[in-house]
Amino acid sequence: MENTINIFIKSIFVDNMIFAFFLGMCSYIAVSKNVKTAVGLGVAVIVVQLITLPVNYLLNAYLLTPGSLAWISPELAGVDLRFLSFIIFIAVIASVVQILEMVIEKYTPTLYNQLGIFLPLIAVNCAIMGGSLFMQEREYATISETLAFAAGSGIGWCLAIIGIAAIREKMAYSNVPEPLRGVGITFILTGLMGIAFMSFMGIKL
Amino acid sequence: MKWTLLTDPISKNNPITVLVLGVCSALAVTVKLEPALVMSLAVTVVTACSSLILSLLRDTIPPRIRIIVQLVVVATFVIAIDQLLRAFAYDVSKQLSVFVGLIITNCIIMGRIEAFALGHKPWPSFVDGLGNGLGYGMILVVVAFIRELFGSGALLGYPVIPESWYIANGGFYANNGLMILPPMALIVVGLIIWIQRTIIRPS
Repeated sequence: MENTINIFIKSIFVDNMIFAFFLGMCSYIAVSKNVKTAVGLGVAVIVVQLITLPVNYLLNAYLLTPGSLAWISPELAGVDLRFLSFIIFIAVIASVVQILEMVIEKYTPTLYNQLGIFLPLIAVNCAIMGGSLFMQEREYATISETLAFAAGSGIGWCLAIIGIAAIREKMAYSNVPEPLRGVGITFILTGLMGIAFMSFMGIKL
Repeated sequence: MKWTLLTDPISKNNPITVLVLGVCSALAVTVKLEPALVMSLAVTVVTACSSLILSLLRDTIPPRIRIIVQLVVVATFVIAIDQLLRAFAYDVSKQLSVFVGLIITNCIIMGRIEAFALGHKPWPSFVDGLGNGLGYGMILVVVAFIRELFGSGALLGYPVIPESWYIANGGFYANNGLMILPPMALIVVGLIIWIQRTIIRPS
C-alpha cells in the first residue's frame, strides 16, 4: 500500500511526464494557448491513461514477458514475445481512443463536444505510449501499482499543461522579443517550471 | 528532383524549431552526443523508409483506416531498429530506453506521411522523409553538443576541457551540472529557436 502511494506521488511530482521526460510535448505546446482547452485535454489524457495502462499491463503480464504464456500450455513457457510489445501497445492505444470517442459521442454528447476534438490527438500523444513503455521497463508488480502510476502520470501531465496555459494567458500582455514570441518563450518557460519542479526531487513517503 | 525537398526541412522548414513536431523524444536523448547521433540516424531511417512504403501504398489504402495502416508500417520499422540496436549497440540501446519505442509516436513521421507521402510519388516522398529526419537530427546534435560540452566537459565521451583547468586541480573551471538536468534541454531549444527566428524571419 505504502509503495502504491509512493509511486502515485512520485509520478506526479518527481518523474513528471513533461518536466522529467518531455513526453507529450507536441500537444502540450500546441494546445496550451488558453486554460479552458488545456483542462479539456488534460482530463482526456488522465482518462485514456487510466484505461490503456491496465490493459497493456495485463497484455504484458499474460502474453509478452518471457514465460508468461505458461497459462496456455507448459510447452509455451520458453516463448519470448517482447519484440511485439511496441506494435501491441500502439494498437491498444489507437483502438481504445477510437472506441472511447464513439462511446462518448453516443452517450454524453455534451462531454463529446468538450473533449471530442482532443481525443484523436491523444492517440499519437507520446505521454500515453511512454506510460505503457515505462510500465514495461520498470516492471510494476501488481495492477494497483500500475493504476497508481497511470493516475499519477496523467495528473502530472494535466497539472503541467494547465500551469503553462495559465502563464501563457498572462504572457499575452508582456513585451517578449519578437522572434522569441510563441514557441520559443514557451520552451524557456517550461524549462523554468521544470527547474521549480526539481525541488521535489528525492521526496519519498 | 528538387533539392529544396532535402534542404528546406534542414533550415527554414525545420521540423523541430519551425513546425514544432517531434519535440517529445528530441529533448530526452540529448544529454550526450552519442545517443543523440544514434537517435537521429534511427529517426531518419524510419521517416524515409516509411514515407517510401506508404507512398507506394497510397492508392490502395482506404482513407478510413489509413491511420492504423500508417502506425503498423512505422511500428514495423521501429521494431527492426530496436532489435538491431539491442544486437549490435546494447549500451546505446539501454541509454535510449523507452525512447526507441517512442519513435512510433514521433509526430514528424506521422506528420510527413499525412502531409506529403500520401499525395506524392515514392522518390520525392523518400527524399522528403530523409530531409526531415536530417533536420531533426541537426537540432538534436546541436543541443547534445552544447549539453555534453558544458555539462560534462566531454564530446562523444572523450574529455575536451584540459584537466588542469578544473578547480580540483587548481584551475578556474567547473562543469555546469545544470546542463545535464532535463530543464536545460528545453531552455537550450528555446534559445536555438530564438536565434533561428532572428536570422530567418517567418513571413
